[in-house]
Formats: sequence, structure tokens, C-alpha cells
Amino acid sequence: MFTPGNYFYNGVGHVTVKYEKVLEIGYRGIINEAKELLNQCNFGDGDYATRSRFLQAVIISCEAVIRYANRYALLAAQMAQKEKDPVRKAELAQIAKNCSRVPENGAASFWEACQSFWFVQQLLQIESSGHSISPGRFDQYMYPYYKADLDKGVITRSDAQELIDCIWVKLNDLNKCRDAASAEGFAGYSLFQNLIVGGQNKEGLDVTNDLSFMCISASAHVFLPQPSLSIRVWNGSPQSLLLKAAALTRTGIGLPAYYNDEVIIPSLMSRGLTLQDAREYNIIGCVEPQKAGKTEGWHDAAFYNMCRPLEVVFESGYDKGEFIGVATKPVEEMTSFEEFYDAYKAQMNYFISLLVNADNSIDVAHATLCPLPFESCMVDDCMKRGKSLQEGGAVYNFTGPQGFGVANMADALYAVKTLVFDEKKVTMAELKRALKLNFGKGLDDVSVGDMAMGIIRGMQAQGVAVGSGDVAKVVAQIRSMDISDADKKRFAEILEMIDQVPKFGNDDEVVDAFARDVAYTYTKPLQYYKNPRGGMFQAGLYPVSANVPLGAQTGATPDGRLAHTPVADGVSPSAGKDVHGPTAAANSVARLDHGIASNGTLFNQKFHPTALSGEKGLDNFVALIRSYFDQKGSHMQFNVVSRETLLDAQAHPENYKHLVVRVAGYSALFTTLSKSLQDDIIRRTEQGWK
Amino acid sequence: MEYLETKGRIFDIQRYSIHDGTGIRTIVFLKGCVLRCRWCCNPESQEYAIQTMMVQGKPKIIGRDVTVREVMETVEKDRPYYRRSGGGLTLSGGESLCQPLFARDLLHAAKAIGIPTALESMACAKYEVIESILPYLDQYLMDIKHMNPQKHKEFTGRSNELMLENARKVAASGMTELIIRVPVIPTFNDTPEEIRDIARFADKLPGVRRIHLLPYHRLGQDKYDGLGREYLMKDILPPANEHMDMLKRVVQENSKLICQIGG
Ligand code: SF4
Repeated sequence: MFTPGNYFYNGVGHVTVKYEKVLEIGYRGIINEAKELLNQCNFGDGDYATRSRFLQAVIISCEAVIRYANRYALLAAQMAQKEKDPVRKAELAQIAKNCSRVPENGAASFWEACQSFWFVQQLLQIESSGHSISPGRFDQYMYPYYKADLDKGVITRSDAQELIDCIWVKLNDLNKCRDAASAEGFAGYSLFQNLIVGGQNKEGLDVTNDLSFMCISASAHVFLPQPSLSIRVWNGSPQSLLLKAAALTRTGIGLPAYYNDEVIIPSLMSRGLTLQDAREYNIIGCVEPQKAGKTEGWHDAAFYNMCRPLEVVFESGYDKGEFIGVATKPVEEMTSFEEFYDAYKAQMNYFISLLVNADNSIDVAHATLCPLPFESCMVDDCMKRGKSLQEGGAVYNFTGPQGFGVANMADALYAVKTLVFDEKKVTMAELKRALKLNFGKGLDDVSVGDMAMGIIRGMQAQGVAVGSGDVAKVVAQIRSMDISDADKKRFAEILEMIDQVPKFGNDDEVVDAFARDVAYTYTKPLQYYKNPRGGMFQAGLYPVSANVPLGAQTGATPDGRLAHTPVADGVSPSAGKDVHGPTAAANSVARLDHGIASNGTLFNQKFHPTALSGEKGLDNFVALIRSYFDQKGSHMQFNVVSRETLLDAQAHPENYKHLVVRVAGYSALFTTLSKSLQDDIIRRTEQGWK
Repeated sequence: MEYLETKGRIFDIQRYSIHDGTGIRTIVFLKGCVLRCRWCCNPESQEYAIQTMMVQGKPKIIGRDVTVREVMETVEKDRPYYRRSGGGLTLSGGESLCQPLFARDLLHAAKAIGIPTALESMACAKYEVIESILPYLDQYLMDIKHMNPQKHKEFTGRSNELMLENARKVAASGMTELIIRVPVIPTFNDTPEEIRDIARFADKLPGVRRIHLLPYHRLGQDKYDGLGREYLMKDILPPANEHMDMLKRVVQENSKLICQIGG
């Protein structure tokens, strides 16, 4: 149903601290602030014990950081002494000097600022092992140091580029241990250090600068997955920045992700941020917007699988023979779609409340067992309030669990509405059986296990004592169960009918409006819940990569999705169901309410490199992004398909019905071409067609 | 607004087309063509009659009768993309001029609501027909395949005099941006001399600034099987990139035209 496992085993992470504060006054400055605040405490204050203990903890941890940096200084000095190469020797001497100055003190040069940044970034992850510690608006807080050095003539643009490139390499050095389930949900060991460039300042002016461009260059130079590079887009974004970003997208690296200021700023304001703070947002982790240095956002607080409550509807509140939901009427007795939809909403609401309880319990555990003084000293207003982030010290507090499977549920509920209630072509009993038997497409071990569990629990409920021999018998029975040919034929018919029902992602206003409403079944109830830090819940609609492992726990669904196959990715249409090209898909997705999903939405599009070829290709690509954003989409990212993807498309054409190959004067759906022509295209893919 | 009710026959509408004319475009493919080019990548476009073609083993009906209003419903869906990219509606085929009223009224309907228009065609029709659509046409992407009438006839089924004459008249009218397109087909027109002659002709047309060389590709090949027809160009490979670059240089040396490879 859901998992809050992300924060169960390690720190919360998911924060952007005030890097600029460390760059400006150093940890010595922060220690002094803490001492000053400690001086103001009186023994008689009601919160003296907790407040003074927190401030002392800040001082101890910042002193430790200074000592840590000094050990690097010492090491670098020793290495410099032994070094023969004069260039390297001078570098090492400089590193030694830098590490002895920062992060203890404010940075006096761009190089020192880079060094200081890196200590902050690395130590935050060491403190709690949380991930998605996001550097945020690097191009903004680093710019004054770059500009000053450039003006003084002590650095060239290419020196600065080299330092940035070095940071990019270092960001890929870090890793963390995860439990097995989280490792699947966050496939690829990413640490989601989201770094964003471009966008507006607190007065609403565009503040794209030289560093914004250099950050994009750095990703192109090092060609590694970290940092998760993001671009803020609005009407005032320079076209040159977007073209540069598009050229990076074209390489197939999967970066950057594009974010729409025009949706995110009002969305954050609706959650209580000031206009000024909202304008300065950055992105945490995958797609989660927040104001740096003021927020404890608990983004990514859980994965919630919107498909599972529907399974429970079909079993009237039961799951594998166990009562886990709310009692809703047997589906066979339902007489209207509204009744069915209400039952879905009832199950949704119940499981959402369980999710809230799970998150809030973990939240309390963090505050009680593991407050983080170092992280907290760089987020307002922890120091002033004398409270860690975990205890509610931040100005803005949220919990943002993300739902996924919107497209599946939209398609599934729409199919039920159309086939069972409007056209009456399929009965509810038939559909229920078809789902249970995976549309006659075979039962895997998970299905067999689930069914056996259901039967055994049913037997136990009737007071039958079940021994291990009985279990084996039940399993054997299920395995040898024969689905009659008549059944198989009917299931195939049902699948075919489902296939004919219009699907989300094809620019069909009726289905899209329906999908919008289905998304609300998750996003609306959540916003009324509170967390222990005094903040609210806010929904995201994105799956990271959990749509695969959690899909593997989900049986067949009425959208025709077979048991245990992946669930749709983010707010994107189900794989292969959008067949009218990228503009149609984007129009559909834009019809969802992205503003209410203030913890972020994720829209993935796949392109063949031909779509981005040449200067014109980039122009059109940028136009596509801007047009999606004109229609109030929030986020967009792109996979430029590789040879491997095309090979996969050859093997599994059903997942790639939307993949278009474009040649001058001609576009073709890849999957409709013959094998030999497909091979031709695969061969040419890496060359990047003109 | 009678023009919205005009009927015609199309075989496809393709959205997000980015290699045909300016920006992101929606291409409406009109059924029926006067020529029978051997390399044609849309053989299902040639007959005006509605046909059945096998696609991945399943029969597919090619061609449907629609009104301008119905087509425009789809065309309008991508308006935000046209606005950001400078794109719009493109008519293609077949030869759209085979359905002159329908073509004219589609273009008219688009212009009436501020959507830019383009037409891909080989100008194989009476000039009066072309003249009637020019007021609604922003860009004319005109195919010129060969300067030699005999060779033109041999490979496409018709001689080229009428088309060349129309090219001169369209250019002289000054009513639309005329762009010349050359499908570069090995064994037909891919020698430097043949391309040079086309470039020189295009260069003399008043107002023409651009020429596109479109390299032959085989992506339409499967459709011949689907229609139960033989593909006569089976053994012909697409021209190499270096060859296309060489032809581009030939154009540049022999004309003042801006030449690009691909649309
Ligand atoms: S003119 Fe175009 S559509 Fe007509 S036959 Fe030739 S290539 Fe095909």
C-alpha cells in the first residue's frame, strides 16, 4: 500500500541549508552566534534544559568540523612538502591554506568558497546518512565570490570552471548504505543532490548568470549522474540558457530536469510561504520545491501506491484473506459507478490516514532519538528557537509523501465506468475474476502465494486448523487449476475491450478531466493532515523508481495492466498508452492539477535523438518545454533513447507504442517498422542524425 | 464560415512534426497524387480511393472523409506549441492540389484563427488552382525533383514542364515564401550536375532564398508489401552523409541559396 521506509533506517536528509551563511561568516561565526544565544539563556527559562543543550551541541559539532578541516590542511601541507612537481606543489600548498581558513572563517576567494561548500556538503551527509542533501541555488550563492575574483583579476573563467568541475566529480564520490527495499525504490544508488540554476530572485527578476551556464558545462564535462542538475524556467529565462540546457539533454545523460516557476511559486505560496521566499525556491531530491535554509520538508516521506486500494475495493476491505481496509459493499452488488468510485475513495482515505500515522510516528522518533545539531544550525530559525530541525525548529515544516499510479488508476476507473456501468459490456463479477486470474495470462509465484494465503486465512477464520501439509495442498491445487478455454477467450475479449477504451495521455479532454479527479483522491485528503513539527502534509505525484518494485506487489488492474508489472511513472501516461506523440501527452498531463501537488510532480518523456538534432531541433525542443509550461505543467525531464532502449523496444513493442523516429520529411512509429528497418535505425542512433 | 464544412479525404494527421517547415507543426496528409515516384515513402497516399493496407499483419483502412472543421479540432490542440516555436499547419500528401477546395479551405480556416500555414507540394496543377490558395499560404515547400523532362517522366510518370512553370509563377506572385526541396535519390538525381542544375534554376526564381536537400530514406518500404506492391528501389541505399555534404557544397558554389540537408 505504502512504505515510509525511506526515513526509517537513516536520517531524513532532504534539506538545503544556508550555504551562504557558512561562506560568509564561517563556522566560527556560527559558534559565536550560538555562544551569544547561550548567554541570553536564563536558568529559570522554561525551556532552558533543551535550549541550552541544543546550542551547546551546535558549538561542539561546529568545533569538530573546524578540527576536521584542519586535518586536511595538515595532510595537504605534508603532501606539498614531499611533492616534486612545482605546479602540484603550489596547488597542495594552496589547498592546505584554504582548509586552514575555511570553513572556519568566511571565504575570501572563489577557491575558498568552493572548498567551504564541499565541507558543508560532505559533512551533512556524514552527520545523518540522509540523502537528497541538495546544494540548491549554487549559481546564486557562489556568484559574489566568482565575480569578486574575476574583477580583481585573480581568477579566469576557465580556472573557475575547473574548480566547479572538481566539485561535480566530488559529488559523485559519496554513497550510503540502504536497506534492500529502499535500494530498489531509489535504484542506481543516487544521492539526489539536486543543484538548480537560473530563475528569479526574491524581487521577481531573472538572475541567470555566468555560473548558471558554467554549471551546465560542468555536467557536460564530467558526464556523471551527480549533481542532479535542474533548471528553473519562466517567461524571463534567457533563451540561451535553455538552449544550452537542451544541448545537454541531447547527449542522453538524462540531465537537466526543467521546472516551471509559474506553477511552483504560487503553489508554494498556497502552502504558506511568503512571495519572496517562494520566488527563491530550489528543488530537493527529485522534484520537491522548497525555500532553502528555512524548511524541514520531509519530502519523499513515503511511497504510496494508488493501485493497491483498488485491489482492496474488489475484496471489500480484505487483502490476501486479511481484513485491512474499510468494509465496502461487494463490487458485484454495486449499481452505479459513483458507488464504486466512492468505495475507492473510502479505501484511499483510510490508507492515507494510516500513512500519516506511520510518517508521524517516525517523525517523533527522529525528534526524540536523533536530533541533528549541525544541520540545524544552518536552517532558520533553529538557533533562535533553540530547537533542532527534528523538533520543529524550521520556519516551514512539511511532510510530503508521494503517490504514484495516477495514470493506471485513471485508465482503470475509466474502463470500469465505461465497460461495466455505461456500456454494460462486462459484469463486475467477470472483471473481478479476470483480475484475480491475471486475464488468463498465467499466475506467477507471487500470485499463487497471495491466493494461497487468502484461502488459508479464510479456512482459519472458519476455525479450521491449518498445518503445513494443508498449505502445500492448497498451493498445489492453485497451480494445477485449469482455466477453461471459454474463460480464456472471455478474458482476451475483456482485455481487447479495455484496450479500446480511451486512455490518459492522448489529449482526450474527457479522460484527462477524469484523471485530474482521480489524482485529487490522493492530493486533496492529504493536505488536511498535520505533522508533529507543526506543519502540514502536502502531496507529491512522482515515484522515484518505486513504480517498479511496488508494481511487483500489485496484482492485475482494470486498465489492462498485468499482475506484478510496473506501475506508471509519475504523472506520465502508462508506458505505451500514449500514441499521439509528445504534444498530446504533454497536453494531457498539463490537465492535471500540478499546483495542489506542491511536493512536486514528475513528467518523463522519451525521445529519439532525431527529435533534437541540429540547431532547429534544439529550438523546437525548448519550444516544447515552454509550451508545456504555458499550460501549467510543473516539471519535465527527458530520456533521449539509446541503442539499448531501441533493442528493448524491438523485444517488447507493447511498451513503446509511442516511440517516434523522425527523419527529414518523415516520422514513423518505431514499433511499426520491420525488423530490418529497425536495425537500420538502431545502427544510426548513436550517430545522431542530421 | 462555410469553409469549415468543406469535405475532403485524408489518410493521416501527424502532430509534433519538427522537420517540415518552421517550428513544431501538425501535418495533414491529403489522399491522392498525380505522380507515381518510384521512391515514394507514402505509397498509400497515391490513390484517391480508400484502400486497405496490411500493417504488422493487421488490415488497416487508409483514408477517411472529413470536414475542415473536424481536422481543425485536432490542429488547434497544439496551438501553444505553434506560438512558442513559430510552427503551424502543414498540408502534405499525396499532392494536396488534387483536392483544391479542401486544401484551400483548410488553409483558410487556419489563417482565420491565426495559425501559420505551409504546403508541401510539387505544384502539379493548373496555376489557377494554386492561385486560389496563395492568399492563405505562408510557406510553399515546393518539390523540384529534376530539370530533365524525360528523366522526370521516367521516374515519376510525368514530365516537369508544368511544375517548373508554376514555380516561376508562384515566385513572381510574391504572395508566399517559396522554398525549394529536392529529394535526393541515388540513380535518379544525386549527381553534382543534376543538383547543380536544380540549384541554378531555383536561384533565378525571384524571392527564393532557401533550398533543402532531403536524403532518400527507406522507411516507407514496408508499406509496399502492405499494399501488395513491389518496391522498385529495393537495392538502393540512402546516400552517405559525405555525399550529401558534397552536394550541399555544389549548391553553394552555384547559387546564392541557403542550403540545408533535411527539412
Ligand atoms: S509526388 Fe510525393 S506523394 Fe506523389 S508519388 Fe511522388 S513521392 Fe509519392
